[in-house]
Amino acid sequence: MTDTEWPLFEVFIRSKSGLSHRHVGSVHAADAAMALDHARDVYTRRSEGVSIWVARSSDLTASNPAESAAFFDPADDKIYRHPTFYEIPDGVENI
Amino acid sequence: MTVDLKTARQCYAQRLGDNALVLSQRLIELVADGPELEEELANANIALDYIGQARMFYSYAGELEGRGRTEDDFAFLRDSPEFQNLLLLEQPNGHFGDTIARQVLFETFYARLLDALVECRDPRLAEIAARAVKEVRYHLRHLSQWLVRLGDGTDESHTRAQASVDSLWRFTGEMFAGDEVDALLRDELDGPDLEAIHAHWRTDIAAVLDEATLSMPEDGWMDGGGRRGVHTEHLGYLIAEMQHLQRTYPGADW
Repeated sequence: MTDTEWPLFEVFIRSKSGLSHRHVGSVHAADAAMALDHARDVYTRRSEGVSIWVARSSDLTASNPAESAAFFDPADDKIYRHPTFYEIPDGVENI
Repeated sequence: MTVDLKTARQCYAQRLGDNALVLSQRLIELVADGPELEEELANANIALDYIGQARMFYSYAGELEGRGRTEDDFAFLRDSPEFQNLLLLEQPNGHFGDTIARQVLFETFYARLLDALVECRDPRLAEIAARAVKEVRYHLRHLSQWLVRLGDGTDESHTRAQASVDSLWRFTGEMFAGDEVDALLRDELDGPDLEAIHAHWRTDIAAVLDEATLSMPEDGWMDGGGRRGVHTEHLGYLIAEMQHLQRTYPGADW
């Protein structure tokens, strides 16, 4: 049955205007339009979103967990890259 | 028989409730039997939308009647001759293509009907219709895509989808064959004009069938009788299953 199973799509949802889309899960669907419908039914039943993106899982290129040390560790000791030396004014949300 | 406007409004609301309830019961039969998990959920969502609509229509019908009947009384304590739903909606689910075809034929009509009801001078019906039409527009988007996929899919899916549309076609005439209740709503409350809706429906259906590479059947003999409570043999079984619990344990609650 593996070859007759619908392809997998990753689902990204924006929960409200101004925020960015976040990955929430995946659905099976025969094409992108159907994936959008399925994502709507599976992930926004309780008003979780105002916008949905879907992308074929096979179209995503992911970093390799085995290379994560080489990929990410060099950033760990570069504290000056973090904006921690700024004071965030009151009233600024979603930063 | 002549009916007054108040009775006509009650009857109208009740019929819309019957349509919604019978269709939702049919769709609920598919729960745990969908072709794919996601499609299963899509179908159950549609069924739930219809239960919600049935509740609103029945509540309103009960209020107009003024004898204290609740939405549950309408759903569970009437026999099939008292149901006045369209025959199309009580037809068995058949295969997936049959279910999709039944739904596209009905919901294309229903969306147009609700659009017209939003403009009518019965504020409650207009309010319910405004809410329902959003749900129905989404159903149509989803279901039409399916009809196109099936019609324009493989040779087998094309043949079967065409057969589904052909075999259900004789139930479509009833949607536009209004009686005096429909006429009263139209004349007294600016309600839906079924003739105009029929024309729109033909255009809409022609477009989706065309995209699905399916041909539109010729109008032949049309079945009917739902408005008079005369049904196909399928409704009795549907009602029996739906009402079994309430009939066995009257007043059962949870």
